[in-house]
Amino acid sequence: MDYFIELLFSGLTRGSIYALIALGYTMVYGIIGLINFAHGEIYMIGAFTAFIVATILSILGFPALAIIVLAGLAAVVWSASYGYTIEKIAYKPLRHAPRLSPLISAIGMSMFLQNYVLLAQTSDFLPFPQLISDFNFMEPVAHIVGSTDLVILVTTTVVMICLTILIKYTKIGKAMRATSQDRMMAMLVGINVNRIISVTFIIGSSLAAIGGMLIASHIGQINFYIGFIAGIKAFTAAVLGGIGSIPGAVLGSVVLGLTESFATGYVSSDYEDVFAFSLLVLILIFKPSGILGKADTQKV
Amino acid sequence: MSMSLNRKIVAAAAGLMLAIAVPVAGVAADTLKMGVVGPHSGDLASYGLPSVNAAKILVEQINAAGGINGKQIELLIEDTVCDAKTATDVATKLVSDGAQFVLGGICSGSTKAALPIYLDAGILVMSPSATNPGLTQSGDYPNFFRTIAPDDAQAQLDVDFAIDKMGYKKIAVVHDKGDYGKGFAEFAKMFIEKNGNAEVVLFEGVTPGAVDYSAIVQKIKQSGAETVMFGGYHPEASKIVTMMKKKRLDASFISDDGVKDITFIKVAGEFAEGAYASGPMDTSSNPLSKAAVEAHKKEFGSDPGAFYENAYSAVLAMANAVKVAGSTDLEALKKALQTEKVDTPVGTISFDERGDAIGVGFSVYQVQNGTFVELK
Repeated sequence: MDYFIELLFSGLTRGSIYALIALGYTMVYGIIGLINFAHGEIYMIGAFTAFIVATILSILGFPALAIIVLAGLAAVVWSASYGYTIEKIAYKPLRHAPRLSPLISAIGMSMFLQNYVLLAQTSDFLPFPQLISDFNFMEPVAHIVGSTDLVILVTTTVVMICLTILIKYTKIGKAMRATSQDRMMAMLVGINVNRIISVTFIIGSSLAAIGGMLIASHIGQINFYIGFIAGIKAFTAAVLGGIGSIPGAVLGSVVLGLTESFATGYVSSDYEDVFAFSLLVLILIFKPSGILGKADTQKV
Repeated sequence: MSMSLNRKIVAAAAGLMLAIAVPVAGVAADTLKMGVVGPHSGDLASYGLPSVNAAKILVEQINAAGGINGKQIELLIEDTVCDAKTATDVATKLVSDGAQFVLGGICSGSTKAALPIYLDAGILVMSPSATNPGLTQSGDYPNFFRTIAPDDAQAQLDVDFAIDKMGYKKIAVVHDKGDYGKGFAEFAKMFIEKNGNAEVVLFEGVTPGAVDYSAIVQKIKQSGAETVMFGGYHPEASKIVTMMKKKRLDASFISDDGVKDITFIKVAGEFAEGAYASGPMDTSSNPLSKAAVEAHKKEFGSDPGAFYENAYSAVLAMANAVKVAGSTDLEALKKALQTEKVDTPVGTISFDERGDAIGVGFSVYQVQNGTFVELK
């Protein structure tokens, strides 16, 4: 039973990690129907920014909490400005082009950013400081769920709730939903669609930055390539849950994380990805739009 | 149009004939020709260029001292980019250029591809770095020798260390699914089973680059392993040791020379403390090694790179074999290599009948206070 609980929490942590990245994918897709392949790189840039700021602040002797807040803030601002700029440079000019064009543009952006960080920073693995120190009250259960795991779980939950509230109950959320449902009509009733799209990119990128900081702190290392694999998995999770749906992204991520964790625990970690992607295929066979996705024939 | 094309082809063919004819005529001259092959450009150039430097330094010394048995050595340096196709082309070229022995083959794969061509021509090949066990153990390449221990020697050492020295009974073998890591892990598993005093409680591959390794760590904990033997490179190793400490798993960690890298300690920090990793024996106290490094600094103004000392030793061993054998006949050279002991930077070495150097090996290191300390 202990073993089961250990695996359960491993899976939940992993799922929450995926969710922090998947939310950005799903939001952008929900608004403009684009799979933003550069999202994983935004996550990586967030991690790098947090790394640089945290390193400088810890040399200057700031207290731990201040380092987390300031590094997080810097990562959010920096990543958000990247997200905003990428949308303006790589996607906006292609808004009326065939759907394949912005997709290719996104892949190109992803490669560009990877190589940019490779050249501007380093190809080596860098040690990411452990920003979240071990809480004393967690010690009795530390072998099951660590302090960083807890912070990731709580952050993901809070972020998901905040996003749902934002989209359901605020003015900007209403505008987002309108844009998502019918961009032309939204424009006609006076919604500034370009601004809504920019805001979406900024929110998505900010989430990726927070994810980047927390996940890097959990793993303890970063390099220019971390965005790729994390991005692919998060994308899978978003599709699994129904791309375009916020609760779907979180649910898909948790399902994916748990599948991988239990596959490792009870079968073999050699087959972790086999189980994860078999599950994806199975769900898509029976529910092509994902677990919580709405069937939307217009977008085909 | 077609006439001029035909003429061009004829001219090219004639040129080619000439190009082949000249080196063949050159064999008659009284020099020894040593091929130096390896990646001299591209991603892996840093593994190949130190061998070129070693060859240049030693050949200059040997030639200045009157050569081998009165013959000067001439270097034929060729770039293989560690690519199998290029390596076979290079081999053909070296054979036609009259190379009599070859230093190199840096990467196992491309070396293996080129070996049959050298074998057909009866040319001795000695690698400073190709560690694939099959190169010597298959018996397919009697012309192949190397001055580095094969991968399985390392697995054997780690297994002996874990079982005989540390007395572990339960060992979890984990790898990164790559050629190198999985190869190491499979040898480790085989040697543990052969030893019989310990059992493999877990044998699994992890996905490199995954965001979280807690599930596999929980599984290792569940298996009751006293130590984790890991085949792979340092990025995964540091994630695993970090997660082991975080999940309060009190097992030790033993790994290979892909982990014995200072980056491992830098990245895993305090979590790396106490981890074991095997790597080439520390030869820095050997006076010949010091001299070799000094010579490189004097000649090239920098510290030598990867496999420099192994290449230096290979040139010394081959030069000595040629001297003793009095010819470059493959059988005579092999006999000399197997019987004559040579003092080299990597130790006093000779070769076994398969072509592996005796006296070159690995040591187990432990991370202590942020550095690797060799365990005697």
